[in-house]
Amino acid sequence: MKKTARMALVAGCAALVLTACGDRDDSSGSSAPDEETTSAAPTEATTEASPTEATGNPDFKACMVSDSGGFDDKGFNQTALKGQTDAGAQFGIQTAQVESTGDDQYADNINQLVQQNCNEITTVGFLLGDATLAAAKKNPDVDFAIVDFAYDKAPKNLKGLVYATDQPSYLAGYLAAGMSESGIVGTFGGLPIPTVTIFMEGFRQGVEKYNEDNGAEVQLLGWDGKDGSFTEDFEDKTKGQSVGEQLIGQGADILFPVAGPAGLGGLQAAKDAGAKAIWVDTDGFESTEYGDILLTSVAKGMDVSVTEAIKESIDGTFSNELFNGTLENGGVGLAPYHDFDSVIPQELKDKIEELKAGIIDGSITITPAAG
Amino acid sequence: MSTQAPAPPPGAAPEPAEPEPRTDLRDPRSWLPSVKVTAGAFVIALVIGAFVIAFSDDDVIESLSYFGSYPWDFFTRSADAVWSSYSALVRGSVGSSNAIASTLNRSAPLICAGLGVTLAFRAGLFNIGAQGQLIVGAICAGYVGFTWDLPPVLHLVVALIAGLLGGAVWGAITGFLKARTGAHEVITTIMFNYLAASILIFALGHDTFQRPGSDNALSPKVDDSATFGKPLGDGFPVHTGVVLAILAGFAVWWLLERSTWGFELRAVGANADASRTAGMSVAKVYTLAMLFAGLLAGLAATMQVLGNQNSLSPTLPGSIGFDAITVALLGRATPLGTVLAGLLFGAMSVGGVAMQASAGTPKELTDVLQALIVLFVAAPALVKGMLRIRETGGGSTVMAKGWGS
Repeated sequence: MKKTARMALVAGCAALVLTACGDRDDSSGSSAPDEETTSAAPTEATTEASPTEATGNPDFKACMVSDSGGFDDKGFNQTALKGQTDAGAQFGIQTAQVESTGDDQYADNINQLVQQNCNEITTVGFLLGDATLAAAKKNPDVDFAIVDFAYDKAPKNLKGLVYATDQPSYLAGYLAAGMSESGIVGTFGGLPIPTVTIFMEGFRQGVEKYNEDNGAEVQLLGWDGKDGSFTEDFEDKTKGQSVGEQLIGQGADILFPVAGPAGLGGLQAAKDAGAKAIWVDTDGFESTEYGDILLTSVAKGMDVSVTEAIKESIDGTFSNELFNGTLENGGVGLAPYHDFDSVIPQELKDKIEELKAGIIDGSITITPAAG
Repeated sequence: MSTQAPAPPPGAAPEPAEPEPRTDLRDPRSWLPSVKVTAGAFVIALVIGAFVIAFSDDDVIESLSYFGSYPWDFFTRSADAVWSSYSALVRGSVGSSNAIASTLNRSAPLICAGLGVTLAFRAGLFNIGAQGQLIVGAICAGYVGFTWDLPPVLHLVVALIAGLLGGAVWGAITGFLKARTGAHEVITTIMFNYLAASILIFALGHDTFQRPGSDNALSPKVDDSATFGKPLGDGFPVHTGVVLAILAGFAVWWLLERSTWGFELRAVGANADASRTAGMSVAKVYTLAMLFAGLLAGLAATMQVLGNQNSLSPTLPGSIGFDAITVALLGRATPLGTVLAGLLFGAMSVGGVAMQASAGTPKELTDVLQALIVLFVAAPALVKGMLRIRETGGGSTVMAKGWGS
């Protein structure tokens, strides 16, 4: 016991010495350091509106449920959460979020948030489609928005948010084909589901377009328009890495992984082999630690559309009209080239701008994947 | 040990290695130490959890920087953070009829799958395969649920049986392999988990398992006629499958403690060689133990598919098959313990959501709490040391046979 007391005394003294120099910051709130590693990580303090923003809409509460990938997936869920965090800062509202760990929890988790008196609930991913629809019907006073899912007939308080990611992927494919030295580029997906293959198909058609325009024969591995390489998993980085290594082993020098966190393994494989890559969902230069090998990223503006949906809900203009993010409305886009800005030839950059304009004005169309 | 001929019939084998002294629930000495250690583990985990909560709270960390001048701030803010988290945990899990129903619904699959692991444990088998058995059960139950068209009740029964059979077959294969070829069940069940997960993904890639007009890896909803009803309505939305889970607990208890076969099973679990010498068929026990373990995992699958969720998706089972192992360990491989541990895990899971939603505590913290509780329960000597409990007994943890057996 004596020993314990002595230890406590030492620890106490140390704590006093270490912390005595600080002083209370009376404008409490924003100065707390963010523990999370990435900039877009959730700030846990967001459940209570910071006093400085209390002039906003302190009674409004926007909530979010992740799918089983979790909010730290450096992609999909994280971007959606960023939209909510942005809305919290911009409009001075309360926010709360719940992470799901299994598919059986979605209904429960949404229900839990309804009981927390959320005014708007965003659900992330098509897996939550049924649960969100059921909750929207049951709680007509709460506005629901769902990322990556469209309903044939949505109730008045349910909005689908979908994204034409094949458009920027097309540009990315063109860019990759133009930058490949080996003449082989590779892609792989998480699961053969439409929200994944749409990226791969756009990418494929971009590569084809490059070949057509330049009489080149850049080859695409991992997706042939119908079938391709999949990790069968969105979480396991080692699977992404082994698929990435296979593609590199077959000669690919630019990878386009469309597999959420598992895709990070693909980036690791590319980095190890001195290859380059293009990231998806977010600007990987900022959200991942592989910025130095990323030509660009196919950004899916989930943050912007989630913020927008929350804004509509606050303003009372919320409707069940489907939001479709395109290059035109900025709902999707190609991220800046960052480190590669000086490496990519101006000619190629101009061509991509031209293609972008072409897609926007409709002169270039991307056909959906077969099957 | 009576080895003289004729070998006695299996059931009547004269006391060949009764695995443990018969526990008599009327005598508190038999279970009190065990309860004390478990409660102690719980308390220690909550205390450590409180520190983790306090030190992951932004306000608390901020107050640390001026701890020297206003130390009180640190304590009030810590207390606030801990109180709001723990009260949310309790409110979210048992605070209302709705919360209790959610807890029961989420516990049901954990209990069933946990019972499967418990049963195998008692036969000396470490069943890592609950996940795979659950997936196969889910595929079967789901397929029957959304493709066949049968009248209500009958549809539910058929889908339920399909799920049970799917899990049972998947479990029995590994048991058979163990019995006939000696293939270690840890390896085979892990591999069968991968197989089952791949089969699920393969199935969901085909039109039969997809919604018409959609390519998403999501099956149609199970017909209403094949779902467990919620007879108590919206006020207490618990599905009838929960009753099955509790009944399964009784069934496993009866099987283990009262039936002849259960006696054989425990004997084999205690000492396979002695049991073989005593005339029991170890191969039969292994195969049947894994069959029943799979059956229970299949029952867990029906809780999910026919009760909680109603459609198949690649991430359907979540981590239930693996949590089941923890649940069984925490329950010390007894049916009652497993049921209670399953309820605890269900409550933690549901309460964890409330912690996130109302107190803003990150989800990882509930995982940390769960892990701490299990850690301390699994290491009774540690708890006894920390709390200075001096009794002996009650500290026995679950033992599966090691690699040598």
